[in-house]
Amino acid sequence: MENTIAIQAATTIDRAHGSELLYQMMMIRRFEEKAAELYTKMKIRGFLHLYVGEEAVAVGIMQALTPEDNILSTYREHGHALARGIDAGKIMAEMYGKMEGCSRGRGGSMHLFDVEKRFYGGNAIVAGHLPIAVGMALACKKQKINNITCCFFGDGAVAEGAFHETMNLAALWSVPLLMVCENNLYAMGTAIRYSHAVQELEKKGAAYGIEFAAVNGMDVLQVEKAAREAVEKIHRTGRPFFLVCNTYRFRAHSMFDAELYREKSEVDEWKKKDPIPALQKQLLGLQLTTDDDIKQMEKKVDQEVQKAVDFAEAGTWEPVSALTKFVYSGPNK
Amino acid sequence: MIDENNTIKITYREALKLALRDALQKDEKVFLMGEDVGRYGGAFAVSKGLLQEFGHERIMDVPLSETGFVGAGIGAALGGMHPIVEVMTVNFSLLAMDQIVNNAATLLHMSGGQLNVPVIIRMSCGTGKQLAAQHSHSWEPLFAHIPGLKVLSVGTHEDARGMLLMALQSADPVIIFEYTAMLNMEGEIPANAGIVNSTNATVRKEGKDISIITYGAGVYKALDAAKELIPLGIDAEVVDLRVLRPLDTETIFTSVRKTHRALLVEEAWGSVNVAAEVSACIMENIFYELDAPVQRLCGAEVPMPYPKHLEDASLPQKEDIVSMVKRMLQHDRV
Repeated sequence: MENTIAIQAATTIDRAHGSELLYQMMMIRRFEEKAAELYTKMKIRGFLHLYVGEEAVAVGIMQALTPEDNILSTYREHGHALARGIDAGKIMAEMYGKMEGCSRGRGGSMHLFDVEKRFYGGNAIVAGHLPIAVGMALACKKQKINNITCCFFGDGAVAEGAFHETMNLAALWSVPLLMVCENNLYAMGTAIRYSHAVQELEKKGAAYGIEFAAVNGMDVLQVEKAAREAVEKIHRTGRPFFLVCNTYRFRAHSMFDAELYREKSEVDEWKKKDPIPALQKQLLGLQLTTDDDIKQMEKKVDQEVQKAVDFAEAGTWEPVSALTKFVYSGPNK
Repeated sequence: MIDENNTIKITYREALKLALRDALQKDEKVFLMGEDVGRYGGAFAVSKGLLQEFGHERIMDVPLSETGFVGAGIGAALGGMHPIVEVMTVNFSLLAMDQIVNNAATLLHMSGGQLNVPVIIRMSCGTGKQLAAQHSHSWEPLFAHIPGLKVLSVGTHEDARGMLLMALQSADPVIIFEYTAMLNMEGEIPANAGIVNSTNATVRKEGKDISIITYGAGVYKALDAAKELIPLGIDAEVVDLRVLRPLDTETIFTSVRKTHRALLVEEAWGSVNVAAEVSACIMENIFYELDAPVQRLCGAEVPMPYPKHLEDASLPQKEDIVSMVKRMLQHDRV
C-alpha cells in the first residue's frame, strides 16, 4: 500500500492565510454552538447535526477548490456551506425555515443549497449524493469543462452500496471527482469497528484503481496540503481521488442523541486534539498571531453570528398559498 | 413503406428507436446510458445500431449499478447535460428508487427552485411474456404517486414515435414506461410523425355510451374491445391517459360527462393504483354525471404466476372488458 501516505509535513503558512483558516474554523464552531442554543429555544426544529470537532476538514478541503468546482455534501453540512462562502445569515435563515434562507426555507438544516456557489446540498440519505457527484463530474468531462466535483461523505456512507457503485463508475469513466471521506468513527451510534471489516477506509480506493490517501483530519494545514495534492493530481490525470480525513465529532449525532454508545473519556481524549486550539497554538508559536488577535477574532465571530441570527429573526415566512411551489418547473417555479 | 394515405407501417420498437435517434441528432447534450444499450444493441434491441451511428460518448454501456447510473444521470442533468437513462426493465427500478424519489423528484423543491433535473428515465415494463413474479411488474402507480416526477406511458405507436421528444422539452425528471409485449406489434403512423406535443390524455376512439379509461398495454386491448362492441350496438369511447402524473382530469371528466359511465382498465394491481385515483377524482368532481357506479378491471392481487393460463387470468383481457361493458350497460337485459 505505497499509496497510503499519511501526509505529515504541514503546508507553509503566512499570517493572512493562517488567520483566514482560523477565522473560518472559529466561525463554524460559534455558528453551530449558537444553532444548538437556538434549537433548545425551539427557533430551529427538525434534525440538527453539528460538525463541532470536524471543522478542519471542511475548511482545509475548501482551500484547494475554485469557485467553479462543484460541491456536494451530507446532512452535517453547515461547516461545508460556511467554508464555501455561503452567507451565514442565509444559512441561519434556512434553519429557521424562512424565505430568505439559502433554499428559501424549503430545505432546513439538512438541505442547504446555493447554485451560485455551486453548492449542491445537503443530502440526508446516507450516500444518496455520491452517484449524483459522479454524474456531475461526468457532465464536466463530457462538456470539456475543467472543473472538479468534490463530494463529502462519512464513514457510514462507505458501507452503502452506492459508495461501491460510485467508486467503480468514477474510475471506469475516469472523471475528475474528489471523494472526501470524513471518518468520524461513528455511523450515528455504531462504531466503525462494528461497521467495517476493513477500518482503514482509504484502502478501499485500491480495489477500484483509485489513488488514495489518509490524513489527520484534526489538522487543517495537513488537510489543506492533502487536498491541494489530490486536486493537482485530479487535474493532471483527469482521474478521481479518494481522500480519507480521520476526524471526530465532539457532540452528539443529532439533538436527539443521548450518546449511550461511547465513553465520555473517549470524547475527552479527542477534545485534546481540537483543531481550533491546535491551530491557534501553532500560529502563536510561529508568531503569526497574538492572543490579542485571537480575542479580536472571537469578537468578530460573535458579531457575525449575531448578525446571522438577526437576519434569520427578521426573515419572513412563505405564505401558505405558495405551499405547492417548486414541485415542477414553470411560471410558478 | 409509405402508402397512399401517407402513413407508414412500423413496429413499436422501431418507433421507439426513431425517437431516440431524433433526440440524439437534435441535441448534443442528449446521451443515452443504460445496461447493454450499446454493444448488445439494447436488451430488447430498441437501441440497436445507435452505438455505431453516435459512438461511445453518446451511447454509454453501464455496469449493473442501477443506483449508480440513475444517480449519475441525475448528476449529469444538474451539470448541464440532458441524459436519457434506460433502466432495462421496471423490475430493476427499485434498485434506483432512492435516486428517483429522494433526489430526482425533490431537488427542485429542496433547493427552493434553484435546481432543475432534466433527466429522462425510460423503462420497459409490463406483462404477458410468462416472466413470472420478478419480471412482470406494472409499477406505474408507484411512480405516479411521487410529486416532482412526470410519468408517461407509451400506449400507442404514435406515442412510441413522439413521446420521448415531448419529454425532452421538460425541465423536470420524466419517467417513461414502454411495454415489452408491444415491441413487435406493427402499427400505422403518419409518415411525417414526430414529436407529440400534447401532455394531455387523449381520446383514442370517440363513443357515446361508456368511457373506457386506460393507459399503456390497456389501450389496444380497450380499442379491440370497443370494436367488438360495435355490432352489439354499443358505442364505447376509449381514453388513453398517457400522462399518469400530473393527471389530466379535464379530458376524463369531459368524456364521462358525455357517456355518464366509466370503466377503468389497468394491468397494475388494483389496490392503490392509477385507476383508484381516477375513480376518486370522478366521484369527487362529477359524481352526479354518473348513471352507474364506476367499475375497475385491474391486475389480480397476486405476484405474477408463471403458467400462461394463470398469467392471462391475472390480467384484464379484451373479453373481460367486453363483458364488463355489457354488464354496466345492462345490455343483456334489453
